[in-house]
Order: sequence, then C-alpha cells, then structure tokens
Amino acid sequence: MSDYAGDRSQLIPLLQKLQNAYGYLPQDVISRLSERTGIFVSQIMGVATFYSQFRLEPVGENVVKICFGTACHVIGAENIADAICRELGTTLGGTTEDRLFTVESVACLGCCSLAPVIMINEETHGRLTPDTARAVIQDFKARKAAAV
Amino acid sequence: MKKVIIGLGSCGIAAGGLKVKETLQSLADQATPGLIVGETGCMGMCYAEPMVEITDEDGHRTIYGGVDEAKARKIFEHHIIGGAPLTASVAWDSSSAGSEKDFLSNQVRLVLERCGAISPESIDDAIGMGAYEGLHKALGDMTPAAVIEEILDSGIKGRGGAGFPTGLKWKFAAGYDADQKYIICNADEGDPGAFMDRSILEGDPHSVIEGLIIGGYAIGATKGYVYARAEYPIAIRRLKIAIEQAESRGYLGKNILNSGFDFNLIIKEGAGAFVCGEETALIESIEGNRGMPRIRPPFPAERGLFDKPSNINNVETLANIGGIIRKGAAAFAEYGTDESNGTKVFALAGKVKRGGLVEIPIGMTIREVVCDIGGGTLSGKSLKAVQMGGPSGGCIPAELLDTVIDYKSLAETGAIMGSGGMIVMDEDNCMVDIARYFLQFTQSESCGKCTFCKIGTKRMLETLERITQGEGVEGDVEKLERLAHQIKNNALCGLGQTAPNPVLTTIRYFRNEYDAHIRDKKCLTSQCKALIRFGIAPNKCAGCTLCAKKCPVGAILGNAKEAHSINQDNCTKCGICRSVCKFDAVVVE
Repeated sequence: MSDYAGDRSQLIPLLQKLQNAYGYLPQDVISRLSERTGIFVSQIMGVATFYSQFRLEPVGENVVKICFGTACHVIGAENIADAICRELGTTLGGTTEDRLFTVESVACLGCCSLAPVIMINEETHGRLTPDTARAVIQDFKARKAAAV
Repeated sequence: MKKVIIGLGSCGIAAGGLKVKETLQSLADQATPGLIVGETGCMGMCYAEPMVEITDEDGHRTIYGGVDEAKARKIFEHHIIGGAPLTASVAWDSSSAGSEKDFLSNQVRLVLERCGAISPESIDDAIGMGAYEGLHKALGDMTPAAVIEEILDSGIKGRGGAGFPTGLKWKFAAGYDADQKYIICNADEGDPGAFMDRSILEGDPHSVIEGLIIGGYAIGATKGYVYARAEYPIAIRRLKIAIEQAESRGYLGKNILNSGFDFNLIIKEGAGAFVCGEETALIESIEGNRGMPRIRPPFPAERGLFDKPSNINNVETLANIGGIIRKGAAAFAEYGTDESNGTKVFALAGKVKRGGLVEIPIGMTIREVVCDIGGGTLSGKSLKAVQMGGPSGGCIPAELLDTVIDYKSLAETGAIMGSGGMIVMDEDNCMVDIARYFLQFTQSESCGKCTFCKIGTKRMLETLERITQGEGVEGDVEKLERLAHQIKNNALCGLGQTAPNPVLTTIRYFRNEYDAHIRDKKCLTSQCKALIRFGIAPNKCAGCTLCAKKCPVGAILGNAKEAHSINQDNCTKCGICRSVCKFDAVVVE
C-alpha cells in the first residue's frame, strides 16, 4: 500500500484490490486505508458509493448476476430473475440464508445475442428460459456439492 | 495439415466453445498428432456459436455453426479425417456457400478484418495480417502533421456515437503545447445492448494499441490509457497480453522503431458507472474521483487528464486508424456516403433471427441490416421497431426502415448513430415499457451533478411508471415532452442531454400506445402487468395440467382432464402458462 502514497489516481485500483481480498469493503478496512493514504474517509466513501462495483456489505460465496440489458429485457429477463430468486429462496439484491448465493442485477453483460443471459461467478449462461435457468442453478449447486 | 480454430470470444465461451475445443483437441491427439486446435475472437455470428473453422490444405475455409460435442465428433470424423465437409452443417465456406452466407456476404470488414481470423493472443498472427504496418509508415515516413492530415482526409468520425471528426479532434490536441499530453481509449462500453468494443478488444487488441500509438505520435502524447469496463474480464486479459507483446517487439516503450518517439500504455479498469463513458467523467475517474462530468470549456484537448492536454477516442475509432494509414485515406473514403465515410460496426440483437457483430459500409439502410443480414425477426412476427443508440438513442419504427445509416439521416428520425447497439423489437413489445426501461437505466446512472438530469429524469420516470401501471392522466404525454425538452437543452453532459430520446421517439411514432395506456388503461401488447390478467378459456383447455406444473407460484387450479382456472390473488402474471399451453387456452383479459 505504501507504493500508493500520495497518488490519488490509485484509489480506485486500491479499492478494487481490497474488495478482491475481502469480498467487500469493510468499514475498518476503509478507515485503515484512510490512515495509510491520507485520503479522507468521506472521500473514499464518496468514491466507493459512486461506483456500482463496490460493495459495503458482505456477499454470498457465489454471485449470480442477471443481465437486464436491452436485448435481455425485450426477451424476458424479468421471468429469469423471478425463477432464479424462487429457486434460491431470495430476492434480487439479496443473499441466501446459508450465504452461498447473492443474486444481483447488472446493466449488460455484453452477450446480447445469447439473451437472456446470467453469470454465476465467472461462468456465463445464455439462451435461458425460466426452466433452464432453474436447471443451471441446480447443476451449479450439484457441482459445488460434488467438489467439496 | 488442416488448420482448425474455434471462436472464443465471450459469446463463444458462454455458448460452450471451451468444451468443443477440448473435444476436438483430444480427438486430434489420438488420430492426428500435431494438429493444434487454435482459437480466435468473435467471428460475428454470435447466434450460431460455438463456431469451428477448418482451413483445408488448399486454403479452402469452412465454418460450422452451432457446434456441440456430438457435432464436433462428426465434423472431426467426416471433415478432418475423411476430408469431406459435413455439407448439411456448413454455415459458410470460402466459395460463399452455406446456410449463413447472407449474413456475411453483405458486410464489409475493415475494422473487423482480423477479428475472428487471428488468434487474439498472437502478435505474429496480427502482424501477418497487416498489424503495425500503419505504425511503421507513420513513424517512418510521416510527420505528426501529415498523420493528422491523412486522418482528416479519410473523413472518419468518432464511432462512440457523437460523430465528431477524429482528425479535427487530434488537430486541437496537437495545437496545445505542454510537457505532458495524454491519449485515452474509451473502452467503457456501457450501453446496454452493445458489444462492439468488447468484441474488438477480445478479437484484435493490437488494432486498438496501434491506433493509440499512432494517435499519440500525431498529437504529441507519450502516455496512453485504456479505460476498460471491469465487466469485460476476457477483453482486459487479452489486452494485457497484447501490450506485453507489443512492448517486447519494440512497438511500445522508448524510441519506438528508432523514431525517437516514446510511448507507454496503461490499462485502467472502470468500476461500474455508465456516466464514465462521457469523456470528462472518464477523466475524473482515472484521476481517482467520483466520475462526474466537468463543465466545458476548457475542453480536454486544452485541459484534460491531470490538467494536461488530452485526447479521447472510442475503441472502434482507434481500431480504424492503423488501416487508414496503411491503406491510405482514399481507400477508407471509398466506403460511405457524402456525409460520412467508412464502415460502422453494429451489435445486432434482440428479437432478430441472426444476431451478432455486423460491419457495414455507412449508407446501407436499416432494412438491409436487419432483414438481409439479420434475417428479420426471430419469431417471424412482424417487426415493430429498431432501437438504435441505446439509452441515448431512439426507436425507429418499421415504416422508416429504409432510412440510410449515416449520422445525419439517423438524427432526423430522432435516434442517433450511437455506439452501435441495434435492438430489434417485434409486435409483442410495448413501446411505453421500452421508454420506461431506458429511462430507468439513465435515471439510476445519472451522477446527480446537474439538476435537470438528476430531478428531471426522475420526474419523467415517475410519470412513465404511472402510465404503465394504468394510473396515467390526460396531459401526461405533454408533461413528458416539456420535461424532455428542458432536460435536452440544459443538462450538463451527453448522458442527460440524450436521456429523453427514447421517450421522445416512442411518443413521436407510437403515440397511440401511450393514449391506450392513459385513456383506456390498456396495454396493446399485453406487456404491462398492471394492465392485464390471465385467464383460461374453458372450451379450449384440455386439462393437460402442464400449465399448473409450470406455474412458479402454484396459482393454477384444476384436476386432470378438467378445465383449469387461475387464482388471480396469487398470479404474478409472468406469462409462463401462456407460453407452455399447447391449446392456446390461456388468454389475456
């Protein structure tokens, strides 16, 4: 972190690295970042709350991103979101009780020709229907369980 | 030996391309040792992913589409071992046959020349197809002023959407003296429904790097930035590899090609804010601040990044530069219309049969792109509108499909050229809902700096939400128009100034739908959930129980072989019952 002292333009990359390490940006990490860099907590919070990538709350082990881009919207993203939330027993933006999954909406994943699209962690799934979306989640859970 | 490559852009990977690659490679290891299954970027035919291309010993190329593991085995057996193409599955071949020939034969590929043909992680592949030749020519034979002159002559305009002449932009930036200048590539492709820049970065990253170096030389910038969306991990990874390769070959770094010109390139990952596509907001973001636009003037050409003269170009614009210098401005200007030259890449998606990445000469009509290349609507239903330019653009109705694609003609329709998103909608799409959808997007992405955008878009969204919920009142449309014009004229940046466009164009061309929502409390396309209810026609229902099984909330009641009914209190109006019913018994009331 000392490499960054005084270079304000490194704030966003720093926050990205911290979020990669912790999964989100805990309050005490932000306070320590402020002490080490000399950037006010208020300024860090300003940046952290401005960009949608940064999270101030912990997320589930796996993140399901449901694309709400234009192509996905016109083909039926809402029904996909509904099916996935029901399958996992949570709401859009929420985390399951066992903390295994967080379901988020995203503006566009850029795979519009495969709409409707979701992403589980780094894995993209396209051309979904509510049924296949549920199957994708079940399959993912089964693979996770098998890997343990 | 035959050459085998697989399209592994984001779409190809999402469609299962990696598994196909594994299958083919393991077959090859057993049967034809030495055959390496290579990879390439986006071939453009996203609708037919995963795609496999085989080049025979005589150079004949065959592309197969929709390849799964079983099909891959067949292709291997027949084509690679047997030497005979699997004719029924051929999407395209170099004698211009195949089921998908219409998709490719109407395109002109300048920017995408190497995309889908080379391995994006091989600089030798790129150089083999002309990469960095433009750079050699620029640094070896041309002064910076001559480079700018060539770009001006080509007539290329900014491909990010606004369409400002690139040469002029460079000339302004070159005109300011400073100890440090910057050139920035705007790869913050945020428009929902657009993926041109991602595909270029994933398929041919060297084209963008070459454009940046030439641009840096032209304006006198020794440092460049690529501001890329964090949502594009594959693009960022390939760009990083490409930068390392360019450094190792001496295209980046000190004294490039012995010209005395130094240039370094840094990647900055965005953090998710649509407004950062606006150039002054992007500059704020690179500096580590909230991405809020600055008041102009001063323009970035005078005082931009770190208060130094800066120039910002879009990915596609920069990807054009190497080719323009290499082949000359005249070759580029051969394509296009009197108003603008060259080609434009579009991301064709939505309810279209053949969606993908399409590059066409400017001057083609929308109909030629959507119907000839795209094959019309996926459902076969009648086409209602084409949305161009994303949240900053507008909906062009079917009766204007013969509009020529250039900056001026599109602006006359109320839409814009935009960055290249082209979303096809059929008769089932509600245009009021589309307007609400885009406004919800721009409203939530508004940075909150200027009042017109912050509050104006909020009021517009509230009005649209009321209308789609059946609570619209007479005068709402006029109120929307009034607010729209105020926001357009007074917002600080492009985001706000263009945010009302989707609303204004849908009012202009589909006023009847607004009136039906407001006066009759009816959604003509049965999309707005507050205005519809589902029912089951007892005379048509065969009691097959399929709908009851598929209903996610258990709202459908009835015994087998008896007519079913829907419990309206539980129904979420998702419409799944209607889409699964084989007897057309589910009706919208």
